[in-house]
Amino acid sequence: MATVVRAGAGSPGTSRLLSLRTRRRLTPYVFVAPVLLGLVVFLVYPLLAAVYFSFTRFNMIEAPEWVGLDNWRFLLTDDNVVKAARNTLWLVVVMVPARMLGALLTAILLNQVKRGRSAYRTLFYLPALAPPVAATLAFVLLLKPGTGPVSTLLSHLGVSDPPLWFNDPDWSKPSLVLLALWGVGDLMMIFVAALLDVPVELHEAAALDGAGTWQRFRYVTLPGISPVLLFAAITGIIGTLQYFTQAAVAASVASGAVTGGGGISDTFGYPNGSTFTYPLWLYVVGFRYHVLGYANVLAVVLFAVSITGTLILLRRFREYAK
Amino acid sequence: MSTSATRLAAVALTAGLLLTAAAGCTPGAAPAPVASAGVEPSGEVEFWHFFTDREAKAVDDIVADFQTRYPKVKVVVKGGQDDTKMLQAIGAGQGPDLGLSYSTDIVGKFCSSGAWTDLAPYLQRDGVAMDRYPAVVKSYTEFRGKRCAMPFLADVYGLYYNKKIFAEAGVTAPPKTLAELTDLAKKLTVRKPDGTIVRAGFLPSFGFYENSPAHLAPAVGATWLKADGTSAIGSDPKWRELFAWQKELVDWYGYDKLERFRASLGDEWGADNAFHRGKVAIAVDGEWRMAFLRDQAEDVPFGVAPLPVTDPARYGAGYVTGNVIGVSRTAKNPEAAWALLKFLTSDTAAIVRLSNGIRNVPTTSDALASKDLVVDPEFQVFLDIFANPGTTTTPPSVVGAAYQEELSAFLQEYQSGKSTDLGAGLARVDEQIDNLVKLAG
Repeated sequence: MATVVRAGAGSPGTSRLLSLRTRRRLTPYVFVAPVLLGLVVFLVYPLLAAVYFSFTRFNMIEAPEWVGLDNWRFLLTDDNVVKAARNTLWLVVVMVPARMLGALLTAILLNQVKRGRSAYRTLFYLPALAPPVAATLAFVLLLKPGTGPVSTLLSHLGVSDPPLWFNDPDWSKPSLVLLALWGVGDLMMIFVAALLDVPVELHEAAALDGAGTWQRFRYVTLPGISPVLLFAAITGIIGTLQYFTQAAVAASVASGAVTGGGGISDTFGYPNGSTFTYPLWLYVVGFRYHVLGYANVLAVVLFAVSITGTLILLRRFREYAK
Repeated sequence: MSTSATRLAAVALTAGLLLTAAAGCTPGAAPAPVASAGVEPSGEVEFWHFFTDREAKAVDDIVADFQTRYPKVKVVVKGGQDDTKMLQAIGAGQGPDLGLSYSTDIVGKFCSSGAWTDLAPYLQRDGVAMDRYPAVVKSYTEFRGKRCAMPFLADVYGLYYNKKIFAEAGVTAPPKTLAELTDLAKKLTVRKPDGTIVRAGFLPSFGFYENSPAHLAPAVGATWLKADGTSAIGSDPKWRELFAWQKELVDWYGYDKLERFRASLGDEWGADNAFHRGKVAIAVDGEWRMAFLRDQAEDVPFGVAPLPVTDPARYGAGYVTGNVIGVSRTAKNPEAAWALLKFLTSDTAAIVRLSNGIRNVPTTSDALASKDLVVDPEFQVFLDIFANPGTTTTPPSVVGAAYQEELSAFLQEYQSGKSTDLGAGLARVDEQIDNLVKLAG
């Protein structure tokens, strides 16, 4: 008599432990397990820990002490958080659209170039490779009132009273926006790729129907790149909510005290608190004042604002995300 | 149980486990007990400090002297370190045995949290006499009666003036009162016809180089904190006296003109420092400025003097701060760490050699009186300020430099004219500081 061997049967011990159906159900989870583990260890755990620590007095050395809502109550009366949130909101409202617009216009112009396109792309992308600290340092020195090249050029052009740029509370944030526009190459490259993905046939059909340049841009290009625009908006907002390095370095260099012996946070916000962003205050509270319970409150709020902003954008522009 | 209920329970269980893990994530073991007297230190000890380049070399030389005296100890030196990194490392149980900080601002937190171990048992066991240290130095190395730090070297602040500019204007002596400083600042200022400042006699803006409330407080004798650690700024009339003087001078220059002038000046730590370039005639600065001047601006003839004051009886006093050093609670070799600490902070020859190498002020009476200490007339002025009984410091606080930085932030707005109600502003500063102190414990 012939013996029938069932395909897929494993060793006797294994097949008794897990049925084929169970194994099939578990297989995808096993494959994604490393990613899930990473998410739990590096995202879920720190997030839950931050929530827990926000209700404690914590100094990294002793065991956290439960203090209830004390840290959260201070959030409602903290003058610095208002100042910092206002500056950060200004940057989100101005810097994010400015970067998107700057990147999009540059990408469109680059796609029009017939000769030397690759060279131009490389040239415009290069500033994005500059380390943020070095780029900020160079920018502040370029714009330095009195002795900087820009100031010298403006005086040669007859501008008798040029702006103080990073030294003027009214100009410091716009100067940071200029710095962000200079380094817009990363976003520009994404837009260049998105623009190239818009079908040429659609443009041709629209042109045959009598659509002008603006109408083709409005009704063909923009819908074609809308998922990329949404991506740029969301990542831009999240990145700007965490805006730290450029604001810290610009304030420190412009104040004339690049390295203070006692640390750098005494120059944060110069001039007149105008560059004092939310993450700077979080850093000062946590790592200069060592009030880590309250720093965790600020971190949780920052996370909540980021996730809420992202969800609102995704819901509002759901159709563009497809 | 339904599927959704099962999922909810799984999520709640996971969250609970993670929260428990967070709550249980408490750092470090307790400090090791102190050994009996006479135990010879041995083994490896890790020493972190913040110095780099020339100053790091001076530290290396002293450590080599220590190893000659204690051949059984091997010292691993790591320079260019940072206070925050040190605190995190200690919290994680990976900190150095011995740490040196650039700022007295950390003493409150490091003492109260126990990041640095209490040195009293070691001091008592080895009979280290604390009366060799000036009272002000002792005050910034302990917190709430707990001595967790010892003074390394000190920084002393005084007034620098340009002798050439003084001579050209017929001025023969530095100002001794704030009123004299105001007069001289106006007299030595040079403007263009449109009022643009070409040279400032004294640039009074808070935030400019070393012009901070802390460094100018001794001019009026203002106090920072009450005995309970809360803010005394709003209730101490001396602060208002200082700010009224400073605002009057800022307004004389014109805030906008002052800011435009300030924006054109070089960086404090570079060769284009405004005092080096003769852009300001008088400046507040630390004793280290002498080394910068002799290195970067040899042709600038400068003099130094104590800070001008409101009360002539206080003339000669100034502001002092310094480097502080402590043994980590997680030190793997606390005995060797203590031996190195004791050598660096109480051995006269070592302190003098360090002072001569780094050009900071030594902190013990023996070292100050040592014939080996290199002293010139300018350095002597700082030694005299240091020894003056009226010299003050910024007191250790559980929130570090928060009380100084909160005041400085408000003063930026006050001197610009954005905030006009000084009393209300100082009251808000008090409130902010007190809230932070309460939250920090």
